[in-house]
Amino acid sequence: MSREKLKDKASIKILEARKSEGMETIWDRYEAQQPQCGFGLLGICCRMCNMGPCRIDPFGTGPQKGACGATADTIAARDMTRQTAAGSASHSDHARDLGHTLIAIGKGTVQGYSIRDPYKLRIIAAEYGIKVENKKDNELALELGERVLQEFGKQDDSQLTLSKRAPKRQQEIWKKLDIFPRGIDREVVETLARTHEGMDQDYKNLIQSTMRVSLADGWGGSMIATEVSDILFGSPKPIRARANLGVLKEDEVNIIIHGHEPTLSDVIVTASQDPELIKLAKEKGTKGITVAGLCCTANEILVRRGIPVAGNFLQQELSILTGAVEIMVVDIQCVSPGIAQAASHFHTKVISTSAKASIPGVEHIDFREDNALDTAKKIIKIAIDNYPNRDKTKVIIPKEAMDLVAGFTAENIFYHLGGKFRASYKPLNENIANGRIRGVAGVVGCDNPRMGSGSSHVALVKELIKNNVLVVQTGCAAIECAKEGLLTPETAIEMAGEGLKEVCKAVGIPPALHLGSCVDNSRILIACTEMVKEGGIGKSLDELPVAGAALEWMAEKAMAIGWYFVASGALVVFGTPMRISGSQAVYDYVTKDMENITGGKWAFEEDPIKAAHLMIDHIDRKRKALKLAPMMYTQSYTVTGHLPSE
Amino acid sequence: METKKIFCDITKCVGCRACELACAVEHSATRDLFLAILESPRPKKRIDTQFIEKDVFQSIGCQHCDDPPCVEACMASCIHKDKKTGKVDIDTKRCVACWMCIMACPFAAISRKAATENKALKCDLCPERECPACVDSCPTRALYHEARKDWAKREKNKVLIKK
Repeated sequence: MSREKLKDKASIKILEARKSEGMETIWDRYEAQQPQCGFGLLGICCRMCNMGPCRIDPFGTGPQKGACGATADTIAARDMTRQTAAGSASHSDHARDLGHTLIAIGKGTVQGYSIRDPYKLRIIAAEYGIKVENKKDNELALELGERVLQEFGKQDDSQLTLSKRAPKRQQEIWKKLDIFPRGIDREVVETLARTHEGMDQDYKNLIQSTMRVSLADGWGGSMIATEVSDILFGSPKPIRARANLGVLKEDEVNIIIHGHEPTLSDVIVTASQDPELIKLAKEKGTKGITVAGLCCTANEILVRRGIPVAGNFLQQELSILTGAVEIMVVDIQCVSPGIAQAASHFHTKVISTSAKASIPGVEHIDFREDNALDTAKKIIKIAIDNYPNRDKTKVIIPKEAMDLVAGFTAENIFYHLGGKFRASYKPLNENIANGRIRGVAGVVGCDNPRMGSGSSHVALVKELIKNNVLVVQTGCAAIECAKEGLLTPETAIEMAGEGLKEVCKAVGIPPALHLGSCVDNSRILIACTEMVKEGGIGKSLDELPVAGAALEWMAEKAMAIGWYFVASGALVVFGTPMRISGSQAVYDYVTKDMENITGGKWAFEEDPIKAAHLMIDHIDRKRKALKLAPMMYTQSYTVTGHLPSE
Repeated sequence: METKKIFCDITKCVGCRACELACAVEHSATRDLFLAILESPRPKKRIDTQFIEKDVFQSIGCQHCDDPPCVEACMASCIHKDKKTGKVDIDTKRCVACWMCIMACPFAAISRKAATENKALKCDLCPERECPACVDSCPTRALYHEARKDWAKREKNKVLIKK
């Protein structure tokens, strides 16, 4: 059932071939889990204490309270809050590691890393109040690294430095609601404390904590991760590459890097270009070494170095099932235990590298900054030595691999829109105001067998661009659209509506822009802030004609991302609801009342076309409120008189 | 032919109540968990998860007894046992809500349909499904949908294997 929605041809080819050989994949395991627990789906099973687990009967005949007296409202809100904290913790811990790398560069105790964007180092250091004059890069790296790490343990009640970038009105709302982020670790710890048994019980107060911990991610952890990655590994510039399983080579050593942190992947890419290792690979009868990325690791090295993308989350097992992968190196997050089982059918070696993420049955090589290059070379040598074990009769490499353009950032979008001599957000804002572009939508997040196995993103983006909505993308959603050719101007521009087509043609950009990994959703916050600064289409984030969607959300990280956008004033659409449906009060609070609180709100819609229309309705309402010009050309979708009065 | 009935293997039941939710959803108007909880009146389950003793549970509904006390007790003759299949059914239209069936059932398998609707309610073996919703939903496969003699054989084998 979940397999039927999968549209990606390369994936289907591998799945069908391997199914007949009895190899299990994530779709089989997902099916075996059906039907899933209704109490869990509705968010009314509480496991917080040892009087439980307690469950609320959603049909009203059984118990309506847990042993402690907690109602469905408390249970659903408490669980959602905790999940959001876990998401926030994941992005932020990723950022912390990058802070440590920055310090290590400052101290000169690294191997294989340097400051690739000294210009941005100076800008960010200055933003943190560090004097940048007459200082060397490594001095600044040390100072900034230490300053950035202070953001995690900050104990005073002042706001996180980067959150001061937000428009004035958003900051006022956060102050009023008492949800501005203070210390990154503090917000996570406080949320865990508040969701302990016998603590916060009022769902509204719990959701206040949800918003605060998510803001500590969006305007804290994630934003730090993006900025520091740019400093360390270079700010992305638009770059051409290819995506899908077809990037693997039959006659080369194939190395896949999977996970999230750019620290590991960047140095592996460097090491793979080592002439001696290439020579060694050729001695084994191959034509060279291919490095390809998966998940957000793929996005990090794609946007900065143009490394090909093997696939997204659901393709991690499938890439191994090609039988053509020598090693898969993984670090943190979204690494499924299923890859170890998949690898057992082939010669593929899976290697874990993070002390924080160990997988049973997988070789571990500890990865540290001080001997990064040596470790990377060692890993590549293992891959080369493993090549002769490849059983060529078992190899199936699908031919599908699509061209794409990636590497847009909040800084360089305006350069492309405005051109070299008039670089500003003015052209974007003007084209929105004059009705060529309807608005901007973020289409981000995971791919999930519960939903369309990636296909929802493609349908959603096609409908949005057809209706002249400029799309910005990150994460696995971006990879899915790349595979379908939506991220390359040549194929995608023709799918766009008239107005958007004109703009994209004039500027030479695709109608869907790839902004990077999931921590790079912070780039969308910054781009929106820049649109506010430029003026003319809203004085704050909640007035902008923008919307966001993560239809196939899977990870807790997606909840943190969704919440920081809602808390920053945006509409966020998830395909399936967060686990709150068992409480009508919580559901209504986040989908309706929230709009009067932060200006943003949640919506849940599984059908990608309906979701697109929901987002367009929202954008149209914002356009109407701003009294922007009517759309320049006939739109394929318009609301016919069912605009809820607001 | 004798109808297949629902049996619970108490060595496998963990008391998760998945069967109860699946039952209520199957007997709702929308047949969708997320929408069923919003229906009015809310759909009602016809199966119950009972605590037997420490760590032992059973999911139990209508047993479609050979000699059903509910049929005997029903003064409106709306509960009847099909002679061919052995299935016990309620003709809801004729129910007068005297609740004698509820008093008579030794398994507490009959309940009131809804606060607003005075009718008796019990397991109908999901006539529109090949396998009842509760059996399909059981995560530990503790529920079986099979003929009585097959179930008896299974239980007997279990005892024999244990010895």
